[in-house]
Amino acid sequence: MSSPAIDAGRPPWAARRRLSAALWRRPWLKGLLLLLPPLGWMAVFYLAALAVLFTSAFWSVDAFTGKLTHVWTLTNFHAIFQDPTYRRIAFRTIAMAALVTLTDALIAFPFAYFMARIAPPRWRTVMFVLVLLPLWSSYLARIYAWRLILAHDGVLNWSLAKIGLPATNIAFTNTAMWIVFSYIWLPFMILPVYAALERIPDSYVEASRDLGAGGFTTLRRVILPLALPGVVAGSIFTFSLTLGDYITPSLVGNTDFIGNVVYRNVLGLTNNLPFAAAYATVPLVVMAAYLLLAKRSGAFEAL
Amino acid sequence: MESRATRFGLGAWATLVILFLWLPLVLICVYAFNPSNIQSWPIPGLSTKWFRAAWHDQEARDALVLSLKAAALATSAALVLGTAAAAAVTRFRFFGRNGVTFLLILPLALPGVVTGIALNSFFGQNPVHHLTPSLWTIAIGHATFCIVIVYNNVAARLRRTQTSLTEASMDLGADGLQTFRYVTFPVISTALVAGALLAFALSFDEVIVTTFTAGAQNTLPIWILGNLRLGQQLPQVNVVVFFVIVMTVLPVTIAQRLTRDTGILRRR
Repeated sequence: MSSPAIDAGRPPWAARRRLSAALWRRPWLKGLLLLLPPLGWMAVFYLAALAVLFTSAFWSVDAFTGKLTHVWTLTNFHAIFQDPTYRRIAFRTIAMAALVTLTDALIAFPFAYFMARIAPPRWRTVMFVLVLLPLWSSYLARIYAWRLILAHDGVLNWSLAKIGLPATNIAFTNTAMWIVFSYIWLPFMILPVYAALERIPDSYVEASRDLGAGGFTTLRRVILPLALPGVVAGSIFTFSLTLGDYITPSLVGNTDFIGNVVYRNVLGLTNNLPFAAAYATVPLVVMAAYLLLAKRSGAFEAL
Repeated sequence: MESRATRFGLGAWATLVILFLWLPLVLICVYAFNPSNIQSWPIPGLSTKWFRAAWHDQEARDALVLSLKAAALATSAALVLGTAAAAAVTRFRFFGRNGVTFLLILPLALPGVVTGIALNSFFGQNPVHHLTPSLWTIAIGHATFCIVIVYNNVAARLRRTQTSLTEASMDLGADGLQTFRYVTFPVISTALVAGALLAFALSFDEVIVTTFTAGAQNTLPIWILGNLRLGQQLPQVNVVVFFVIVMTVLPVTIAQRLTRDTGILRRR
């Protein structure tokens, strides 16, 4: 608008001020400038990455040269649906994720209930931190700890011997995997359930009691429905984290897990990226369906 | 309201859950002081000799340096991008505003192996420019899921701050930069620090996505994982794991104190 000659006579902050005023008059421009970098980053490094992943699922690998063939084909998806091994592994992984989610919900609900509605406020803060720290503390460390506990000469068998029970041998079994998954993801369930329970006004419970409902009826018809979004929010994490893990199975269980098949095909000897990409769409589709269901139950407001 | 028996039962349950959460963590810290190189229970005594061995382990040191660099880069990127997104979403109304939150949380809500393989194929297969695994590919991957951590903390703080503060500042003659420097920044500063600490802790500990973006490089978690898989150098691993627990727990404790008023300190 103004020539450099006029600007030269003005104090240095004048240009800045004009820019500031211009932005103030055009809030949409300011919003756009703020939004562009983060959205651009996510578009390039995440959405584009997912797009490349999906595209490569329809490619194949030349059996002789080991090079990618950029021709559209459904071979990979055929293999996944036809081969009983891959079907079984997918089913096993999803079943494990569901079992872990259920276990964590059952452990977390009474705990969160105590935390939100019975414990005095001072305890509440302490308990919150006691749940939070394990959530953040090293993921590998917590898996490794269980490896040491479940090992043949570990803490578990030592304790069993102390109380006169026979030793168990559950290291590297499905049971071990179930325990460890439930352990590492438990805080992710507790926190949203706690947040949901804490938000229920006492007056709702009192009203239910005044209207003649017993403790159990109040729990079933007032508290549970109001806490459900919290449980669903927590289950998104426990379910998704289990579906996408390959380290826990390889360290404490066995490697018949979706994540391990994907890992072997990308970084292992098999080196078949298109197949890995196709197989990775299985947890992706399962999670997308789950997120849509969760959205309908209002879980996103509870996150 | 609940009967005494119910309250007692729930209290007992809560105690058991806390023990369940903490005993493995305590145990792993005890193992760091195990003098033997056989990892069985009970440990034969207490010793700090493996601390020295771990400190002088060159591979572990290199891995630590790489982890610190990657976490610093990822945290810086997440701070800028997460704060910008939080300001846009809390201060402006636009079409698809809820979609922004959803997009940012996606890398954490989708299975880790999906994010990992997506980045892996993107870096190696995209038609524009292939990126060979480096510090940068690790940091880009980490930043992608750290943005939402900063975003959550800053957005929660901004929602609790009235816009009239910035309006008053502008009315009094401050320009946009001065308003940010003297009004907005002091308000969000502790949320920024908390977000940065959490993002740092998350990046420092991440392993599932990192294995797909690191190539042959070792971050500290990848070094631990490699040794756990092969059953090598377990005494050093014990010490390093102890150190990693401290490195993740400390920032979270500080972040928790900084954001006590906003009361949000969720990983996702």
